Amino acid sequence: MILTMDKICKSYYRGKNEVPVLHDICLSVNKGDYLAIMGPSGSGKSTLMNIIGCLDKPSSGVYRLEGEDIAARKDNALAELRNKYIGFIFQSFYLMPSMSALENVALPLMYAGVPKKERLERAKEALQGVGLADRMKFLPNQLSGGQCQRVAIARAMAGRPALLLADEPTGALDTASGDQIMDLFDEINAAGSTIIMITHEPSIAARAKTVCHIRDGRLSVPGEEVQ
Amino acid sequence: MLGNIHQAFQGVWHHKLRSFLTMLGIIIGIAAIITIVSTIKGTNDQIKENLIGSGNNVVVVSLHQGDYQMDLSDGQRPEDVSVISEETRQSLEALEGVSAVSLFRQRQWGAQVMYRGTEYNGYTLGVDEHYFPVYGYRLCYGRSFLPEDRSENRKVAVMDAQAVASLFPGENAVGKVLEIKGEPFTVIGVVERSSKFRPVIETMSDYYMYANESSGSVFLTEQGWEIVFSFDEPQNAAVKAESTDAMTTAGKTVADHLTAKQIRDAKNSNYSYKSADLLQQAEQLQSMSDSTNKLLIWIAGISLLVGGIGVMNIMLVSVSERTHEIGLKKALGAKRRRILGQFLTEASVLTSLGGLLGILGGIGLAKLLSSAMNTPTAISIPAIIVAAAFSILIGLIFGLLPAMKAARMNPIDALRRE
Repeated sequence: MILTMDKICKSYYRGKNEVPVLHDICLSVNKGDYLAIMGPSGSGKSTLMNIIGCLDKPSSGVYRLEGEDIAARKDNALAELRNKYIGFIFQSFYLMPSMSALENVALPLMYAGVPKKERLERAKEALQGVGLADRMKFLPNQLSGGQCQRVAIARAMAGRPALLLADEPTGALDTASGDQIMDLFDEINAAGSTIIMITHEPSIAARAKTVCHIRDGRLSVPGEEVQ
Repeated sequence: MLGNIHQAFQGVWHHKLRSFLTMLGIIIGIAAIITIVSTIKGTNDQIKENLIGSGNNVVVVSLHQGDYQMDLSDGQRPEDVSVISEETRQSLEALEGVSAVSLFRQRQWGAQVMYRGTEYNGYTLGVDEHYFPVYGYRLCYGRSFLPEDRSENRKVAVMDAQAVASLFPGENAVGKVLEIKGEPFTVIGVVERSSKFRPVIETMSDYYMYANESSGSVFLTEQGWEIVFSFDEPQNAAVKAESTDAMTTAGKTVADHLTAKQIRDAKNSNYSYKSADLLQQAEQLQSMSDSTNKLLIWIAGISLLVGGIGVMNIMLVSVSERTHEIGLKKALGAKRRRILGQFLTEASVLTSLGGLLGILGGIGLAKLLSSAMNTPTAISIPAIIVAAAFSILIGLIFGLLPAMKAARMNPIDALRRE
């Protein structure tokens, strides 16, 4: 079991008004799963992704990532958890524009305290894994959108995280590049990595093994009864 | 850390104009401080050099009443003090650290030296034959005193170049007749200090004289002096020490010796011989110029404060420009300390570059000032080190607030913000 969520609720305060966003989310993800979470905008899927990614904490409920309860963790400890267990893939890549592809991929390894020589070695492997061995010294603005997203995937993979968390990974790409990225996801998943993908495109979601829907803050998981 | 510094330099280079404008306050502040400190140090070095003498190591030992140098211009004569004899002078020369001793009498005011109705306002001295060699005077033209001038009580005078310039500028002084207390004295020669054209400065009052504009000296023989002033007036001693380091002790030894020998009942007397402790005087003068200039340093410090605020401002701009970068780094696992370090490094790279430019600018300005206004400057290495350290410190202090703002950013907000 990579993660378990038990009755996760999240609400925000707008002034004094409590605005509930997530209601009693229960979810468990096993190693090797490939999960898509679908929902329209405003459904709470970004909030859910933030909680899964340890960028935010639930208002109530228990979230365990690799067995660790995140409730008691503060800013720095959460950063450590993210670094160790989660590989983020964002819609608009978020690569450091002044760094080469290799340096971008090595960045999270630096935060993990991996020595320079080793982290460059591992970054190189990760880039080879996404088929960019010949683009290591390129800056992000010298790469196409699809290549940038592959660099971002290499960055997410470099730390060998328990979970890859992708937020609209093809949202900024044309169909052809998007398909290549999805093919890459298939490969990665086939090699044993766990993936959670958030998207609002049914064709993209269909590539996952499991598709969950989120609507008005409630998550429905196939095979389980809708509460 | 090295990566941070590298990245900070890249950032500074990327925004060249902005970085330069931000640094300007620091540059101006540091440059001003370096200039001021260099000028202070230059002045101090010059004061010291002037007071200690231009290499001839002469200390003046003079008669004091209490703490003050005796002023004999009103003709009063201290009864307990006797005139120093030639044997005593020779015994002084045998003292440790002393290489030569000259005896002389001196008036600064009230000497009544006139030339065609104009009163001369410099020093008038009655000197023995050792005076010129001890002080290192050389003849410019005419002649110096001869033994006959002394043995025949001739009324002759030697002047230095400054005295000539103030009494009869541009003219040949030899043959001119000065009137001293109504007695005619013929000028026979003009002398100057052989060691370059440096002002003759041995005491505090000399220094102030020089500050106003030195008006020079008129020299008479001892015998000539005795014709117009009192003959039994106690002399001063000009003591030439064997080395600069020996000056203070040689002066003190001679003073003690003279006090013991020349003053009746020396222990209970109000009179004593004292040497002008030149090093101490130099320090007094230096501390005076220091205190005025310290004020200037504080004023320049305000520029640093303003510069620091400018740095803080631009760092805040930099933090909000790079919200996404901060958000991403935090999402990837960067801890607060790392983000803090990154922005602190950037701020201190900015200010230390500013400090470096300021130091270079300050040195340049000091050199420019010294050549344009003919003031002495000396570059102070400790001041440069302190300035460099201080400019880094400014970066750390004024970078702290923006860096903390960055470090505390919530990664979700930072990533989401457009």
